Amino acid sequence: MLMGFSRAQAAALLVMLVIIAVAPMVAYPVFLMKVLCFALFACAFNLLIGYVGLLSFGHAAYFGMGAYASAYVAKAWGLSAELSILAGGLTGAALGLIFGLIAIRRQGIYFSMITLALAQMAYFFCTQVAFTGGEDGIQQVPRAAVFGLISMQNDMAIYWLVAVVFLAGFFLVHRIVHSPFGQVLKAIRENEPRAISLGYRVDDYKLIAFVLSTAIAGVAGGTKSLVFGIATLSDVTWQASGEVVLTTLLGGLGTIFGPVVGAVIVNTLEFYLSPFGSWVTVTQGVIFVACVMLFRRGVVGEIGAKLKVAL
Amino acid sequence: MEISRRTLLGTAAAVSTLPVGRARAQAKPVLKIGVLNDASGPYRDTGGETSLICAKQAVEEFASQANGYTIEVIYGDHQNKPDVGAGLARQWYDRDGVDMILDVPTSSVALAVATVAKEKDKTFVDSGGATADLTGKQCAPSIVHWTYDTYMLAKSTGAATVKAGGKDWFFITADYAFGQQLQRDTTSFITAAGGRVMGAAPYPFPGTTDFSSFLLQAQSSGAKVLGLCNAGGDTVNCIKQAKEFGLTLDIAAMLMFITDVNALGLQVAQGLRLTESFYWDLNDCTRAFTNRVKPKTPNNWPNMSHAGCYAGTLHFLKAVNQIGIAKAKASGTAIVDAMKAMPTDDDCFGHGSIRVDGRTLFPSYLFEVKKPSESKGKWDYYKTVQTTPADQAWRPLAEGGCYFVKS
Repeated sequence: MLMGFSRAQAAALLVMLVIIAVAPMVAYPVFLMKVLCFALFACAFNLLIGYVGLLSFGHAAYFGMGAYASAYVAKAWGLSAELSILAGGLTGAALGLIFGLIAIRRQGIYFSMITLALAQMAYFFCTQVAFTGGEDGIQQVPRAAVFGLISMQNDMAIYWLVAVVFLAGFFLVHRIVHSPFGQVLKAIRENEPRAISLGYRVDDYKLIAFVLSTAIAGVAGGTKSLVFGIATLSDVTWQASGEVVLTTLLGGLGTIFGPVVGAVIVNTLEFYLSPFGSWVTVTQGVIFVACVMLFRRGVVGEIGAKLKVAL
Repeated sequence: MEISRRTLLGTAAAVSTLPVGRARAQAKPVLKIGVLNDASGPYRDTGGETSLICAKQAVEEFASQANGYTIEVIYGDHQNKPDVGAGLARQWYDRDGVDMILDVPTSSVALAVATVAKEKDKTFVDSGGATADLTGKQCAPSIVHWTYDTYMLAKSTGAATVKAGGKDWFFITADYAFGQQLQRDTTSFITAAGGRVMGAAPYPFPGTTDFSSFLLQAQSSGAKVLGLCNAGGDTVNCIKQAKEFGLTLDIAAMLMFITDVNALGLQVAQGLRLTESFYWDLNDCTRAFTNRVKPKTPNNWPNMSHAGCYAGTLHFLKAVNQIGIAKAKASGTAIVDAMKAMPTDDDCFGHGSIRVDGRTLFPSYLFEVKKPSESKGKWDYYKTVQTTPADQAWRPLAEGGCYFVKS
């Protein structure tokens, strides 16, 4: 009803906005910014798997390349923060267009495998070319000022920038999903042959959705590199691709708020378990199994089912 | 279970006393040291928990002299990833009130942490990291680089090997800041001494465990010396696999610690030449230090990197005492300035000093690994071949390119 949000969604949105506004007074802002970046990344991923039914297993490529692009233009060209983030988004979109053109020709597991293979190529590319700095990454990325005016040196200043970027991405995904275009995407998810027989050019729809998703992933990566002042191989690895799958599954596939809740849970776990080293991955594995066995709809999906509302 | 009102009140009363107790404990400011290194990967033994133990040893010995503050040591794993290390460093400095970050092997991570330390004006004493850039192009006024660096290794091991007749080199190099720089520095000493480099095989770090194809490349290159520009578990794997292949090249392990020799065993490691700035059996002081620490880490005796954690912490604490806790908490540069102004003096490295660019100066030693028949006991591994005095061991100040060094 409100901007395409149902009443339940509007209530949840309000809660989320309040949490975003209040959280930095309680928690460590840099940690919150990390959560927001990964939440946006998961929202982008969810757009594909949740609403088009495409499991891209190489989304880290767009996230990581976006991070590298933003870091590079901010450091080498001295671009302002918003332009650097934009560069990350454009890189994600460009890469998504090339990879998407190849990958959407196949369905199901083959689609996933192609995206994984292409992402591994992107990873290899990042280890070999000079501008990424190899294992060192791009370090000493400046926190450039927004519009060249508003300084981002203070953690709180950049927090609001990240919050704005996240919300913009979040609303964009919501808008896409609830537009006529989004309806067609869902139709493709439910029954692709029928969508074709209705006269939709399914491949075009899929490709556009794919590029939108990779662009948002690139924005998320670019924002992250500005926050931390570093872009490294960690963001391009297949582990990062796996983590975004876990995040989205845990939060709830095909729900608007699921990826956000998933990102909060996964990052909080990582934060508190990091002193125990490899236990992070063990715990993530256990949670993944438990999630798939016990609450397949994810946290938000299960709550929505209980309350009989779509969140 | 029903809770009576009395129990409830009693609990409330008990709880209300807790914050008072905590407030009293906090009356003394806490000086926090964060040991950050690889706790689970290839550099686990060369750094790892023994670094923490050595830092704690220094704190223990110093604690009674601490002037109006208590000292706390925390520990973190950077997993050899620059983003993880930088993230943790940021959180420690920002949120957890850490005043000094210690150790940080893995040059890529060390450089990332250095950036954060510079931004926050907090002290960073690097012991495990190798890159000479920490006191060169990427130097900062709040950084001290303690134990060793790529230049010092290249000069000692590289030049000595060429002098002994090993003129044609092939490198196997960990492909990141550390390996690349070590290869570069070594190459310049080789060519200066009239040797030449026949080729190099860079490999991805971390994660490479099979070096066979690189070893075969080295074998077929026609080189006489195989220079290993890597460290820790990677060096150990390279040497083991080279022995298995029956490689005919002489091996020059450009960075090797006694902990690696221990992992290889003397049978395999005998005859290797390597450079460290500390060896437990060097003199009475180093033996005394090792005897104090040994019971706490019986299977992993301190190498130079661990010793650097001890000595660096001790010197840091002396500097904090000198300028006072309030000033120390406020500025990392103030602490490091005080560290540079005082001569260093500890059981591990003897008398030394810290140069204006943050480089500590003391002698470096070229060791040869003993034959099994020469070794008299546990960890009796080295004989000293050559000592490079403090004024010659390190890169000249003017060549570093550190921005705040006036030429």
